[in-house]
Amino acid sequence: MNIKEIRNDFPILANSNVVYFDNAATAQRPVQVLKAIEDFYKTTNANPLRGLYAWSVGATDAYENARSRAARFINAADDAEMIFVRNTTEAINLVAYSYGMEEVNAGDEIVISVMEHHSNILPWQMIARAKGAVLKYIEPETDGTITVDMIREAVTDKCAILALGQVSNVMGVANPVKEAAKIAHEHGAVILVDGAQGLPHVKTDVQDMDCDFYAFSGHKLPGPMGIGGLYGKRKLLENMQPFMRGGEMIEYVHRDSATYAELPHKFEAGTVNAADAAGLAAAMDYVDNIGYEAMEAQENEIVKIIMEGMKDIPHVHIYGPEDPALHHGIVTFNIDGCHPHDISSVLDEENIAIRAGHHCAQPLMEYLQEKCAMEFRATARASVAFYNTQEEAERFVAAISKVRKWLGFGD
Amino acid sequence: MVLEIKDLYREIVNEHNLYPAHRGEMEKPDLILEGVNPSCGDDIYLQLKLDENGVVTEGLFNGSGCAISQASADMMLDLIIGKDKEEALKLAEGFMSMVRSTATPEQIEALDEAAALESIAHMPARVKCATLGWKTMQKMLNGEADKVSTENDLE
Repeated sequence: MNIKEIRNDFPILANSNVVYFDNAATAQRPVQVLKAIEDFYKTTNANPLRGLYAWSVGATDAYENARSRAARFINAADDAEMIFVRNTTEAINLVAYSYGMEEVNAGDEIVISVMEHHSNILPWQMIARAKGAVLKYIEPETDGTITVDMIREAVTDKCAILALGQVSNVMGVANPVKEAAKIAHEHGAVILVDGAQGLPHVKTDVQDMDCDFYAFSGHKLPGPMGIGGLYGKRKLLENMQPFMRGGEMIEYVHRDSATYAELPHKFEAGTVNAADAAGLAAAMDYVDNIGYEAMEAQENEIVKIIMEGMKDIPHVHIYGPEDPALHHGIVTFNIDGCHPHDISSVLDEENIAIRAGHHCAQPLMEYLQEKCAMEFRATARASVAFYNTQEEAERFVAAISKVRKWLGFGD
Repeated sequence: MVLEIKDLYREIVNEHNLYPAHRGEMEKPDLILEGVNPSCGDDIYLQLKLDENGVVTEGLFNGSGCAISQASADMMLDLIIGKDKEEALKLAEGFMSMVRSTATPEQIEALDEAAALESIAHMPARVKCATLGWKTMQKMLNGEADKVSTENDLE
């Protein structure tokens, strides 16, 4: 992997001095992705799936080819199992409304972890409240580790849905989702895996994982914003009610009734986002061209420089596992006496972009505050991607060593 | 004068954040109100004593949060202790205008040291940190709310 060539593919990086370490929030896009979107609008833009003329047929092809590409990317058995949505949040809400509302009963349990992103908490809070079910939390170790035994203990015959992140957006750890799927199935439950933070870093095979639902966003991949995917096993999706109702998802509509289209269109009401789907397909091509192994090697190298450099700086605390290779590009940290927002503000002046705050994981912040005596209910987070460089990591570490001074401390 | 962020911290914010003059717990305050920024975890308890003419005789804040929220509250108390309710609210109005870049030169001058936070107007994500103490004081003196949140502040 030639890092110089790769960076030249990313216009925003090639022309800038910014150290972009907020990749877990959203990645940057290579020119190949931008071009796929532009090509769609320049050559075949029309409303897909409707028109009976060449441009519309071309738009339909672009969209359906993107679906096949996405299905192949995660090794879905069937293209119809790949539903396009806006993002992970929409995918999880779709499952909550269309599966959870129907299949969860009073007294059932929905099992999630304290480490989940809000988008994998709030839909289940809603279902639990609406159906009289119990929302049960798995508490990780303080470094974010969730063991198979913890999952086995939490999932009982009462469990209807187990919903777990593939990789934590705060701690960076990967959960044992394949084992979790096996446990869920032993108890007659379904498992949803939130892949928002996983798919950009971990080669994913939904059949091998044997999850029932898998949700992801395109924009962290590095695809466009506004397109994501929900994989679901065909027999589950077929029995589910539509999520949104409207155009394009029907067979027949009468004044008082309707029948719905076949999969996957049943779940894709309204004009679809074909241009960004084409961009997503290009992002998947891009990732496969580089290869997950090469991406992972580069990300681990950068994380290692960051973690080792920060270890020598007094007052800095890193969260998550000791081993940089278990961080999936994410280094969450705090500095004594310094609020994460102040850290982020002073780093911004050094042209270093990181995330600071609760990372849409407030229950985890509360948990860390209690268990790790965290000073504020917030953390700073540097998250790297395969296009980041060693020089950037070194610049970051050098800046971190000055943060306390910038914020008025003597040491 | 627009300060770069590190200069803003060095010249004003750090001092008030690390060595606040008005941080503490008051015995029997006349008014006490909590202000929060849920997205930052900023949390301020503002406590005031007023005399019979409505003049702020004592003021303290407590809580935790980013340097800008804490320093801003400390500078605010510097300004409003000794002022009556009407003057304090007028200063608050001036501060709110300043962070929206709509203040008059007179309003900015009246803010004294707190006018250094004018640069915050160029950092939209930090505006709610700077206004937390002021918002809390406004609501408190107007007797409006029992808890203040600046979360939806960027109208």
